[in-house]
Amino acid sequence: MKALQKNLRELLRYPSAIFGLSIVTILILIAIYALIAIPYDEAVRLWRGGEDVWYMNPKNVPPEWINVFRSSKLPGSFTLNSTDGTAEKVVEEGSSQTQITLTYVFDYEYDEFPQEMIFYFTSTYIEKQPYISISWFTPDGREIRVADYGISHSDTFRFSQNEKLKRRLGGDSPQIGLLADPNSDPENPKALRGTYKIVVTAFAFEEGSDVDAEFVLHGQVDGWAGTDHLRRDLGVAILWGTPIALMFGLLAAMGTSVLTMLISAIGTWYGGWVDELIQRITGVNLVIPFLPILIMIGTFYSRSIWIILGATIALSIFGSGIVTFRSVFLQIKESPYIEAARSYGAGSGRIIVMYLMPRIVPMLIPGLVTAIPGYVFLEASLAVLGLGDPVLPTWGKIINDAQANGALYQGLYYWVLEPAVLLMLTGLAFAMLGFSLDRIFNPRLRGQ
Amino acid sequence: MSEEPEVLQPKAGPALKKKPQSTFSRVARYTFVRALTLLLTVIVGVFLTILIANMGGYLDEIRRGTIQETYTQAAILNPAIKNLSPEERQAWIDENVQLAYKRYGLDKPFMVRTLRFLTDALTLNLGRSQNMSSDTGSRQVRLIILERIPPTLILFGTVGFILFFVELFFALFLSRRYGSVLDKVIVTLAPMSAAPGWFYGIFLILIFAALLKVLPFGGMVDAPPPPRWSLEYFLSLLEHMILPTIAIAANQVIISTYSWRTFFMIYSSEDYVEMAKAKGLTSRNIERRYVLRPTLPTIVTTFAFFIIGVWTGAPIFETVFNWPGLGRQIFQAVGLFDIPVIVGETVIFSYLLAITLFLLDFIYALVDPRVKVGGQGGAQA
Repeated sequence: MKALQKNLRELLRYPSAIFGLSIVTILILIAIYALIAIPYDEAVRLWRGGEDVWYMNPKNVPPEWINVFRSSKLPGSFTLNSTDGTAEKVVEEGSSQTQITLTYVFDYEYDEFPQEMIFYFTSTYIEKQPYISISWFTPDGREIRVADYGISHSDTFRFSQNEKLKRRLGGDSPQIGLLADPNSDPENPKALRGTYKIVVTAFAFEEGSDVDAEFVLHGQVDGWAGTDHLRRDLGVAILWGTPIALMFGLLAAMGTSVLTMLISAIGTWYGGWVDELIQRITGVNLVIPFLPILIMIGTFYSRSIWIILGATIALSIFGSGIVTFRSVFLQIKESPYIEAARSYGAGSGRIIVMYLMPRIVPMLIPGLVTAIPGYVFLEASLAVLGLGDPVLPTWGKIINDAQANGALYQGLYYWVLEPAVLLMLTGLAFAMLGFSLDRIFNPRLRGQ
Repeated sequence: MSEEPEVLQPKAGPALKKKPQSTFSRVARYTFVRALTLLLTVIVGVFLTILIANMGGYLDEIRRGTIQETYTQAAILNPAIKNLSPEERQAWIDENVQLAYKRYGLDKPFMVRTLRFLTDALTLNLGRSQNMSSDTGSRQVRLIILERIPPTLILFGTVGFILFFVELFFALFLSRRYGSVLDKVIVTLAPMSAAPGWFYGIFLILIFAALLKVLPFGGMVDAPPPPRWSLEYFLSLLEHMILPTIAIAANQVIISTYSWRTFFMIYSSEDYVEMAKAKGLTSRNIERRYVLRPTLPTIVTTFAFFIIGVWTGAPIFETVFNWPGLGRQIFQAVGLFDIPVIVGETVIFSYLLAITLFLLDFIYALVDPRVKVGGQGGAQA
């Protein structure tokens, strides 16, 4: 315990170690937060969800905070619903028909236009369709007729795809024409700021017939992380990618190092054919191409992160580490204290676990920490090749989606940068920590 | 692509000899045993690869199904056969399916098939691919693989070769200036190598191709390609190599320089180096005779492994840069379930590795007088 404290104090003398340690701590906190805030099932449901989960989000938009760097502000998304009270609903019963008035009021304090505006209607009727008419009131008092038509049980009205409305607005896209400031340059229109009102008047012709509608405005920015081509909030994957990356890196590095150490200790201790066998397996392992085998396993068998993790460890155990450990164990094996342990009757298992392995731990720890980034990036690499875990959201899968959808060609830089910066930070943090540990545990490297 | 120079030292000469042996018989015996072990290693490695690539026979089932499907469809589409009676039509299908099975060797039991595959592979009889074809339209695995070698060699070969020596001499330079600002910068930047080359590639493409629009996104030459062996072709190739080169360098140069520097520093603190300094030899002479000479085995090993590494290409790196090399090909082959191509590349890789390991022992003996071939089991590689 004392030695550990001493090492820790020495570690804090290196600025790079402090940097690495603090980043790792932050990442662990984020990972814990992600696991608590979004439970596993919820994360999978969100990430695999389609339009039904994400219909409120715009497609391919950057995060909200980029508005800080922009002079002309981009709108965010919001929804107003007549069923949850965010829109006013008035029902007037008549003799032959019921008039339902839905009023949607919102403040628009942005300069740019929304990506899309949509009405989702739901109505109850038996035979006769309710009839609706939508009117749009601008802050400067203009009234624009949007549409009048009979709706089915569940009906979607997309402003941008309505050709009649487009013609009425003089050829402008409705999501621009409805919000544009009439005094702004028609070539480069600006949105008119202020309070807008949309009134939906519905006529229902049957007893008990009802109409509700949800108004969804898709902005040009969304959340703290932006959205992808399937309207998914990247925040979910950014958050959940953290525990997955850390888990994969840590488990793979630990599994590999500890098993390699154990195997090489056993080989050195027993010697003879055991040692020979281990040497031969190491040779075969060198011949087997590592990445192609992983790609094959991912393509032919399973892309589950646990299978890939297992395969990674299995293929890494008999690596070059065995050779390094073996040479050290060969020296330790001849030490007097091993002789002493033997003479008091310690068994082989005891000697390997209690006497041989602890001696090599100082050598193991820096190597283990330095190996973590390699495995974190390996998981990301496989995901970039399209072999990521089929259900879990990971950083690599975001990059893969971004690459597949030409994010860089389209200028959607946030999509690539967010996961990439996190990967880089993770890699750097563990590498810096590992290098500092190396200098502490192996003083030879500090130079003369 | 980033192999840290392994700090392995050949074992010093034998401590005690049991009985005197003639040099010739010792070397011959050692050579034979070593070649045999390496051959066995290659056989087992390739066998395992074949087993994994074939999913223990499952892929053959898929292929059987595909063949069946193909001929059933053909029977429906072919008017001459469509009008036959159902029995005759079925007979035609069965006959053709059996022929196809025979052609692909699917009529043999699994183990026989795998062993035949293994012998074919080991004798470099790579056969025909299942789905892929070369740019010239050939189905020969040999041609498919050969076609991809030049791009990989051009990129990883030339770049790696240049970087290898740049790193070496830069490290030698730094080991002389231990503690200087430049040295500290290298030590501080060493963790940069935590990120792989393709990762830097994404950043570089983002900056130079997407934002600044000065360099291409990927590929090997412009599309449509300029005529081969022309100056334009060469210039276009160079332009497309800029970003991959920087990406490889960002991942590799600093960490390699750092490791070599540490390695050289350990050797520069030996007593005989101090002695040489005291004698008043020039630093050039000291480096050449007393630092580089004893580190030669390690340098040779690293260089050999660099060459082997070139052969495998880099699947992800080449995919990110759209580089038509071997790595991307093996990735495509896996995606197309094309076992002959996968096995072909593995076999060639294994052979190259085995040959390199075999030769290394003798090279050690050449460059390091302390190493004796076959003495005490030989050097460990």
